[in-house]
Order: sequence, then C-alpha cells, then structure tokens
Amino acid sequence: MNQNQTGLSDSIGANVRIDAVTKTYETREGPGVHALDRIDLDLASGSFVACVGPSGCGKSTLLSLMAGLFPPSEGEIRVDGSVVRKAHPKVGVVFQTDLLLYWRTVLDNIMLPLEIKRQDREQGRKRALDLLVQVGLEGFESKYPSELSGGMRQRVAICRALIQEPGLLLMDEPFGALDALTREKMITDLEKMWLRLGNTVLFITHGIDEAVFLADRVLVMSPRPGRVDLDLTVDMPRPRNWGAAHEDPVFNGYVRQIRRIFEAEGVL
Amino acid sequence: MSVADNAGSTTVNNRKGKQFGEQAMLMLEKFAALIFGSAIILAWQIIVPLSGLSEFILPTPLQIGQRVVTEYALLLRHAGVTTFEVLAGFGTSVVVGVPLALAIFYSKIVERAVYPILVAMQTIPKIVLAPLLVLYLGYGWAPKITLAFLISFFPIVISTVVGLQSLDKGYVNLVRSMGANEFETFFKLRLPAALPNVFGGFKVAISLAVIGAVIGEYIAADKGLGYLQLQANSQFDTTLNFATVVVISAIGVSLFSILSLLERKVSFRRDSAK
Ligand SMILES: Nc1ncnc2c1ncn2[C@@H]1O[C@H](COP(=O)(O)OP(=O)(O)OP(=O)(O)O)[C@@H](O)[C@H]1O
Ligand SMILES: [Mg+2]
Repeated sequence: MNQNQTGLSDSIGANVRIDAVTKTYETREGPGVHALDRIDLDLASGSFVACVGPSGCGKSTLLSLMAGLFPPSEGEIRVDGSVVRKAHPKVGVVFQTDLLLYWRTVLDNIMLPLEIKRQDREQGRKRALDLLVQVGLEGFESKYPSELSGGMRQRVAICRALIQEPGLLLMDEPFGALDALTREKMITDLEKMWLRLGNTVLFITHGIDEAVFLADRVLVMSPRPGRVDLDLTVDMPRPRNWGAAHEDPVFNGYVRQIRRIFEAEGVL
Repeated sequence: MSVADNAGSTTVNNRKGKQFGEQAMLMLEKFAALIFGSAIILAWQIIVPLSGLSEFILPTPLQIGQRVVTEYALLLRHAGVTTFEVLAGFGTSVVVGVPLALAIFYSKIVERAVYPILVAMQTIPKIVLAPLLVLYLGYGWAPKITLAFLISFFPIVISTVVGLQSLDKGYVNLVRSMGANEFETFFKLRLPAALPNVFGGFKVAISLAVIGAVIGEYIAADKGLGYLQLQANSQFDTTLNFATVVVISAIGVSLFSILSLLERKVSFRRDSAK
C-alpha cells in the first residue's frame, strides 16, 4: 500500500496558477460586491498552502473559483496548465460542513464522485476502503452518516474528496465545526496523510496556529476586496508535533507575525 | 425502564428481570396501537348490549363483522368501484402534480404564475365543487375521479416543491464540484433528498383521494361504497352502514400502508438509523 502511495507522491501534486483573478458578485441593485481584487498566485506542485483572513474577505470565493463552481469576473485559473472553467477533474473539495448524503452509506458517499464521473466501481471500492483505513475508519464502510460523530463524518468527507486522487485538494475551513480536541487530532492526521499522498493543498482556515502548523506557506488576506497581504513561508521540519510546535519559538514567531497584521488591520 | 430497574433484588435476578422488563416494554411499545384499539372495540362489544341499545341504533363490532362476512360479495363489488376511482384520481394527481412541481421548481416564471394560485386554491374546500362536477361530467366515474384528483393534487405539488426547495445550496455546490450536470444533480441529489417530503405528500393525498371518491358517490352514483352506504342509510340498515365504513377505512389504510412500504423501499428516512 505504502509503496503505491510513495510512488504517487512524486507526481500527484498539481501546479496551480492564478492569474489576475477578480471576482465581483452581481447584485440586484448597486455596483455589486467586489470580493477579490486581481489575485496573482502560484501554488507549487505538492505544496501545502494555508490561507487566513478576516471573515468576508473572499477566501471561499477564491476556493469556489478554483473548484470551478463559477467563473472569475476577470483573469483565469489554471490547474496543470488547463484553464478551470467548470469543475476540474483534478480538483477535490472539502467544505466546512461534511455534506454527507444521509441516505447513502459511508462507502457510497465516498464513491459518489466516481458515480458522477461514471468510473469503474470495483477499483474505486478498493481505493475507498483503503482511504477509510488511512483515516482510521476501517470497518465503518456500511454505516450511515447519522451513526458517526462529527469528526468521523468530516474524515469521510475527506476520503470522498481524495477518492479521485486529486492533484489539488481544496479545503474550506474543514475543521471549523469541530471541537478543539477533535480538531487537533484531525490536523495532525491530515499532515500525516498529506505527507503520504503529496497533493497540492489549499487550506482555508480561521485558525492562525492551524495554518502555520500545517502549511509550507501561509497567505494572509486583507479585508474585502481580498488581496494577499502577506505570503509567509513556513520553514519547519516535518512531521510536526502539535504540542511541541506551540512551545517552539520559531512557530510562535510565525503566529505572532500573522497576528500583528490582523491587529494592524483592526481585524483582531 | 424504571419499572424494570425496580424489579428483582439479587444481582442475577436483577439483570434477568431488567432484560425481561425491557423486552416487555419494547413489545408493549410495538403493539401499543393494536392493544389500545382492541381495548376500545372490546369495550364497545361489552357495553352496547348492557346498555340495551338495539342493533338498529348501534350494532356491536361482532354484528358488523358478521355483516362484512355475509355481504362479502356485495361489499367487494362496490369496493372495487371506489378503489378504482381513488387510484385513478390519485394516479392523475401524481402524474400531473409531480411534473408541475418540477416546473415550479425549475422555472421562475412558472413559479410566479402558478404557485400563488395553487396555494390560494388550497384554501377552497374542494368538496363544494362536487355538485358542479356532477353537473358537467354526469353520473359516471368521471366526477368521482375528478374530485379525488382535485382534492389530492395540492398536497402532492406543494410537498414536492417544498422538498426540492429545502435542499441546502452547499450540497449542490458539492456535486457541482464533482462535475455533475443538472441531470446527475437531480437524480443523485435533489430527488433522493426530496423523497421524504414527496412521500409525505403522497400519503396525505391518498387519504384525501378516498374522501374525494366517496363524497363524489354521495352526490350522485349508482355504485361504489358511498352509494351503498346511502342505500343502507335510507333502509335504516345501520349494520350495513357500519360495514361500509369498515370497508372504506380498510381501503384507506391499505393504500396508505402500500405507500409506506414503497417509501421504505425507495427512500431512506433520516431518523431510521437512530
Ligand atoms: N453569492 C454571493 N452573492 C453576493 N455576494 C456574495 C456571494 N457570496 C459571497 N458574497 C460576498 O463576497 C464576500 C466574500 O465572501 P466569501 O464567502 O468569499 O468570504 P470568506 O472569506 O469565505 O468569509 P468567511 O471567513 O466568513 O467564510 C462577502 O462580502 C460576501 O458577502
Ligand atoms: Mg468562507
């Protein structure tokens, strides 16, 4: 199993290029909501990029654009060279709430993307079971979502996003709805999993420590219209340890640097 | 549970007593309606002869049951007519109501044009149209089916629309991000998510369709259970009158149960895993 995964980790991560992307939401009256202002961004293949910013600054908008849910007003986004116009086959998304379909079992929820793309079920099934083992949910495949805890449900949602082996994994505050303890466990497990899989990740969060802990790079966004105020490279060895990191002056230095921006902007 | 907790004193006995008590409670819960219903019928059976009421005023359940058995063929023939009217009316409601609900859901214009009128019309008691329907459609099946249709149509449309509209936008974004088109979004997401509401509408509708058909038969008919009941009424045959009530109820309950069964086959209830 691991051999297969390490084999993939050199190649799976997608290259993302965001080129002068602007998004203005049309509203019934008035000039519309200017959510994103000329964003230029390159995400290197296999990098873990976190994005923090005040509420309403356009983080989810950026993610939706990358997921191809709607087109940007100006500019373009490329994943591995191909322009994102509608849903891109190389992109998987995890949202803030798990969005599991309650009438489907865990396994069938994970298989949903394959059904929609009419891909081979048998192969997908094997991969789904494999993913469940990796997130610590072995044997839960025929349970229904209502039988799982919040953390377990979000793990299933992560499996569902990973079933297609996406080159780019988009996560929009995936742990925002979880309690602190579960969140901590999910964060550490996510790092381990990502180290094995090697996808490019864009991880949106409100937690500064969460962002610094997970990322190679933290983007700090300004209030609306969103721009990237700070592009911070996090240089710390992996795998990281949540408890130890919080004692680490280097880690705390990064956290303080981000906080200071928020304080200057009046966000904190 | 608290009863069970108090049962038995030694630990072994206590555990056994608890298990037994819990099982008894579960059985009681399962058959609560049956037990309660039987108790009422039993009381009826005992009290009526004691109070000296004649069969002509209030027959006993046993007399009614006997009558259902002896008039088996007659009741069945009329029940067939009524059931046909109910099913035809309900079927028309489904065939017209579900597509209309889809049109309302997918088209703003249809919604604006039709939905307010539908909601307003729900406040009209459709029963008052029955004499008019007889006037226009005659004495045959047509006015009964139409009345059953009119009366059962609204809950189907409205509950289907509500079911479709109540889906959280997040789910739509989710399947869109997987590359689903509207066709796939509908069948993988919208329809299964709406099914509990749709079946809720169907169940209300089938009960109403029975009412519609029987009322139609009251107004003008020469067959059907409503007609038979009026005949019994005019001949002061109270037992046969009650027997038709039993059969009409049986039709309603059976059709409702068939829908529930079908629902369990195709739709996963949110709470059934609890
Ligand atoms: N569909 C929409 N129509 C109009 N305006 C919208 C729409 N979606 C978002 N907006 C607006 O765009 C801005 C950015 O929204 P977005 O959801 O991207 O923020 P966010 O950074 O994800 O915030 P949060 O951290 O609270 O999730 C907000 O001011 C919001 O009101
Ligand atoms: Mg957001």
